[in-house]
Amino acid sequence: MSERLLNLTLHVWRQNGPNDTGRFETYRAKDITTHMSFLEMLDVVNEELIEQGKTPIAFDHDCREGICGSCGFMINGVAHGPQRRTTACQVHMRQFEDGDELWVEPWRAHGFPIVKDLIVDRSAFDRIIQAGGYISIRTGSAPEANEISIPKHTADKAMDAAECIGCGACVAACPNASASLFTAAKISHLALLPQGQAERQDRARRMVAQMDAEGFGNCTNHGECEAVCPKGISLDWIARMNRELVRAAFKSDASVESSAAKGV
Amino acid sequence: MQRALTLHQTTIGKKVIMALSGAILVGFTFGHFLGNLNLYRGSEALNGYAETLRALPALLWTARVVLLVAVGAHIAAAYSLWTRNRKARGSRYEHHKDLATDYAARTMYWSGPILLLYIIYHLLHLTILPAHPGDVYRNVVEGFQNPLISGVYIVGNLALGFHIFHGIYSAFQTLGINHPRFNAYRRDLAIAICAVITIGNLSFPIAVLAGLVTL
Repeated sequence: MSERLLNLTLHVWRQNGPNDTGRFETYRAKDITTHMSFLEMLDVVNEELIEQGKTPIAFDHDCREGICGSCGFMINGVAHGPQRRTTACQVHMRQFEDGDELWVEPWRAHGFPIVKDLIVDRSAFDRIIQAGGYISIRTGSAPEANEISIPKHTADKAMDAAECIGCGACVAACPNASASLFTAAKISHLALLPQGQAERQDRARRMVAQMDAEGFGNCTNHGECEAVCPKGISLDWIARMNRELVRAAFKSDASVESSAAKGV
Repeated sequence: MQRALTLHQTTIGKKVIMALSGAILVGFTFGHFLGNLNLYRGSEALNGYAETLRALPALLWTARVVLLVAVGAHIAAAYSLWTRNRKARGSRYEHHKDLATDYAARTMYWSGPILLLYIIYHLLHLTILPAHPGDVYRNVVEGFQNPLISGVYIVGNLALGFHIFHGIYSAFQTLGINHPRFNAYRRDLAIAICAVITIGNLSFPIAVLAGLVTL
């Protein structure tokens, strides 16, 4: 693809801190090459802001190769921008035309309070993981690879769920700001693997309870989350989470609860 | 078991209540539509069918209580989830584009209340305050000959169609009924059930207005 130079108008959400009301400010991005990523374009705009003695636009980023889950904001009303299955850092400026007007906004959710400009506090996701997204039984040091045999298709399925990078685009795109897709992926990934069985029911109950406690909405099956997910996490995982929770309502984890009841 | 009773406190539990009560209501709606087909068999058939139902008061009242509880649970869960969802967004987006939401999904909070008002009107019109008690056929045909009343039934049934289309598809998701082999058919099944009930129900007022069914 040949290189073009773009001149763009950016309307960026600026908010000094959690208690500031925030507002859109308009900037010009001049002579942007189509080979730049969206974040590199913002870097260029920020360089100019710094030269002018203004505060640069704050945005989250880390790996810039689409695998860490740090970046993410709304570009023209779509989480992570116009390219499907792509994080904001991997959206390249060739997606846009010269003269385009772009609206850049942070994720908006009660559970994701805005820290500054485009940065939101996603520690609600950490607390959902802390509620049960782990295996606490001692498994010893790294076992021999074939000690626990897991069929290939099961491993593949667990990996499909584990692909979630926790960027929060699902919450941002959901009309109800629901964290169902994230929570479902995390519950399902461990529910599929043998190591996850011991705490399976407890995990589902605790993680769903934490998801609710964080003030996220519920799933109304619109499918917006799946459409914007940079990792293509499927709505099917939400169906599985629902099944896991109902199952957990009728079933206990033998190892955890019965031994506790016996005082062992 | 104790834990099963606290399921409704979670958002997912509330959705399960909506799915199960919705399934009861869709099941009733389908049966109700089949019964209504007696309209095309004439006055005696429809009135005879109504008579049969009324001759079984135990069954009739059990059904009524079950439906009332289902409607109550459906609305209570919907209201609780709706208030929660309104708070969940926090601040509004200046720009927000839907990528996957269809018309039926977007309008659930409209089609639901419209449906409730329609059901109240429908019960007042034909069950609680009928013009000619005992003569169902006459009540229906005379009613539908008035374009205004037919209009109410047509709007009500369109709302019903959209509501149960998204509702049936959603219920599969909520209850965790999914499998790669038949996932693709869930939407087709929702369309099929919804189309039969909606087109069937719309045909009654249209047939009367067109003069195909007369007194």
